Amino acid sequence: MTQEHSHLRHLESESIFVMREVAAQFERPVLLFSGGKDSILMVHLARKAFWPARFPFLLVHIDTGHNFPETLEFRDRLVEETGAKLHVGYVQDSIDAGRVKEEEGPNPSRNGLQTVTLLDTLAELKADVALGGGRRDEEKARAKERFFSHRDRFGQWDPKNQRPELWNLFNGRRNPGEHFRAFPLSNWTEMDVWQYIAGEGIEMPSLYFSHRRNVVERDGVLLAQSEFNRLLAGEAWEERTIRFRTIGDATCTGATESAAASLEDIIAEVAAARQTERGGRSDDKRSEAAMEDRKKQGYF
Amino acid sequence: MDLLRFSTAGSVDDGKSTLIGRLLYDTKSIFEDQLEAVEDASTRRGEGYVNLALLTDGLRAEREQNITIDVAYRYFATPRRKFIIADTPGHIQYTRNMVTGASTAELAIILIDARNGVLTQSKRHGFLSSLLGIPHILVAINKMDLVDWSEERYEEIAAEYTSFAEKLGVDDLSFIPISALLGDNVVEPSENMPWYNGSTLLHHLEHVNVGAHRNLVDFRFPVQYVLRPDQDYRGYAGRISSGSIRPGEEILVLPSRKSTTVASVDTFEGAVDEGIAGDSVAIATTDELDISRGDMIVRPLNLPTADTEIDATICWTSEQPMEPNTQYWLRQTTRETKAFINRIVYRIDVDTLHRDEVKQFELNDIGRVHITTAQPIFFDRYQLNRETGSFILIDPHTNNTVAAGMIRGAVRTVEDLPEEKTDEELRPVSPDVVWEAWNIDLPVRESRTGHKAAVIWFTGLSGSGKSSIARALERKLFDGGAQTMLLDGDQVRHGINGDLGFSPDDRTENIRRIGELSALFFRSGSIVLCTFVSPFRADRERARGLVPEGRFVEVFVDTPLEECERRDVKGLYARARKGEIAHMTGVSSPYEAPENPEIRLETVGRDVDDVVSELMVRLRDLGVVR
Repeated sequence: MTQEHSHLRHLESESIFVMREVAAQFERPVLLFSGGKDSILMVHLARKAFWPARFPFLLVHIDTGHNFPETLEFRDRLVEETGAKLHVGYVQDSIDAGRVKEEEGPNPSRNGLQTVTLLDTLAELKADVALGGGRRDEEKARAKERFFSHRDRFGQWDPKNQRPELWNLFNGRRNPGEHFRAFPLSNWTEMDVWQYIAGEGIEMPSLYFSHRRNVVERDGVLLAQSEFNRLLAGEAWEERTIRFRTIGDATCTGATESAAASLEDIIAEVAAARQTERGGRSDDKRSEAAMEDRKKQGYF
Repeated sequence: MDLLRFSTAGSVDDGKSTLIGRLLYDTKSIFEDQLEAVEDASTRRGEGYVNLALLTDGLRAEREQNITIDVAYRYFATPRRKFIIADTPGHIQYTRNMVTGASTAELAIILIDARNGVLTQSKRHGFLSSLLGIPHILVAINKMDLVDWSEERYEEIAAEYTSFAEKLGVDDLSFIPISALLGDNVVEPSENMPWYNGSTLLHHLEHVNVGAHRNLVDFRFPVQYVLRPDQDYRGYAGRISSGSIRPGEEILVLPSRKSTTVASVDTFEGAVDEGIAGDSVAIATTDELDISRGDMIVRPLNLPTADTEIDATICWTSEQPMEPNTQYWLRQTTRETKAFINRIVYRIDVDTLHRDEVKQFELNDIGRVHITTAQPIFFDRYQLNRETGSFILIDPHTNNTVAAGMIRGAVRTVEDLPEEKTDEELRPVSPDVVWEAWNIDLPVRESRTGHKAAVIWFTGLSGSGKSSIARALERKLFDGGAQTMLLDGDQVRHGINGDLGFSPDDRTENIRRIGELSALFFRSGSIVLCTFVSPFRADRERARGLVPEGRFVEVFVDTPLEECERRDVKGLYARARKGEIAHMTGVSSPYEAPENPEIRLETVGRDVDDVVSELMVRLRDLGVVR
């Protein structure tokens, strides 16, 4: 509670309350860790919520295999520093086992495949709740999400028939085979996250800060050069000054041109931004209800 | 920067989504890609305009049917404040969603289409908002452009809604004429309605007093989780529901009733000097006690009610109707116990407010019930404490949340009433607290101060001159060496009574507390001057009963309403006449003049010194001052 801004103090306290409810109401909670700023914030808040004890959540990373190397380095260092336990579920394993089939075409993404790996991993771990860093301001289907979000035996979300969630009373009761997703950051906005990170001095991966990198512009999205992104006919890599506003699968996470080199720069940029942070994600652009459809299937 | 949570209820027809779209757009909270997506979608759907409603209706079914089904949360911020909107559907079949959105809101925006005026739906929203204890209600009279910006139409609707809201006991009711479509009075003042000189909607949202209804008095700490990293430390983690706590303070644990002391109030950053309502902390105690989740930590002299018989208002939130003999799980604070619904007292028709006799509740039904719990729960009345006065019921088979409840109190029957009690014992008293004699008797204190203790109670209309007279009198008494204390409405409404509004019930509670407070100051030997409108005779009589006979001086500042209204020092009468203030004494709420006051003062055409001189003479005659 070092934060001066009372709305950040309020959000922090609310998130800690939700995390403690998760720990109290569930047997085998896991915290989904993507390596992005929201999941780093989640780990930070989890440490606060249970201090001086260790947080009782297993970290789970669903690895598409299409990573920025910086993400994995950062992840491993954080795990070591916090003394947390990490479990990695590999999308490659799901592909090898024939559970999913890799997309074909010029822009193959493993983003959709993650859902199967995620559900398999949760089943393998017998996890009854998965904590995620999802926020309601990210996307309009997420605006309807509960703090405690019920999933049926198939891991599916039924948005039209959700349990009402009143006051601060969270109902995590479940039948065998069902699980929950819990979203302690529900009420945070992108701006809140950055202001809080700056106020707390939380270390962030270098990908979020301005740097020079080879990219290609495709359908209005800047894709970074990597072994997973191939050029189409007529395209060429060009070096630009960019940063990432979200970090996910390297094949679908777009960069933005930016000179923001510090947290203060980023906050100023977010304040002036005219595009949502997910505006750089080609996975959301597939249809008006792309996120809702993926969430129903069990996506993050 | 602080935070305001507000709810909006209404359908697309009222322009609710357009209003939210307008707020987000004008505060630059909508991004280009969102706007483009909405423009594309509007074109695809063959709509001739940019349908801002598409921004907020997040689910495919909602966009297809042009309705809001579920609660959606929206976020925006201005340099002054962060806002969380709980956007809820308005039709009766979505009552449970409205209740959900209202449960965490501090302000409700009720939209009225100026062409249609006050509809059943607008009344229902008002009723649900007041039921859920939302302290501020803002009625946005929309589509003013379609009624030629008519002031007359606005006044007509405001007057009709004000008279309806009086039945609800709404604390703070405001009206703003707007056009969400064109933006008039949403963020920018309207040029089309020069006759309106109140706030714009956003200005109102930015300046309304947040946290005023929070209970900062009664310390309640439901234990959420026990932290035990090693043998040396044991901390009880939780979020302070209300009140505050400091290291060294004595605490009591329920249900064990064991008492101990706070060793430290801990956070990740270290121990803090004080934890206040809303803070997530861990409390370490000096003694090792057996404390677990569901227990409540409180102060020994400020206890919640502990009972198994609960009188509550509930809203049924499940498609599956209520089963009379089913055992449900009842979850309140961090506590969970089996419970069954003992009796349905009545169901409220949310449109007419009539009470119906029914055998069971179905989806969206609201009414009063008696519930029996297997284990006692520790609660306060919902009206006084949202956190400890609320609960949900969970179906043990489906695990669905089937009801949301607001506690009215413990169920009491005639047998529970005490047979004969003294006055002192009959006063409202916290459970398990017994009366003890004062440590130092009043005459001993009076011999030190050199004068008698007394309560001088000024009553009269707002603007009658009570405060000016009392302040001058106190200065005179104090300068003469007397021990004095002045209690004024503006002070007590900030602290001790900050949780109260202006409904008749709250006014009564306001005066009850002030009466108790003045009796305590009286016991300290002071001459206590109280200046309160205190419009109800019964309330003043109760305050009189708290001090010995002859020590209570009722001063009726008898200034006629016309004169008070002409003075209108605080501008309250003007606002009340416009319908902006409900329950304005003398205008829309009665004033019961004293029948036999000790002193009656006239003020018209006199200056304060003159009145105070007269008052001093009269007080000497009564033997109150020398």
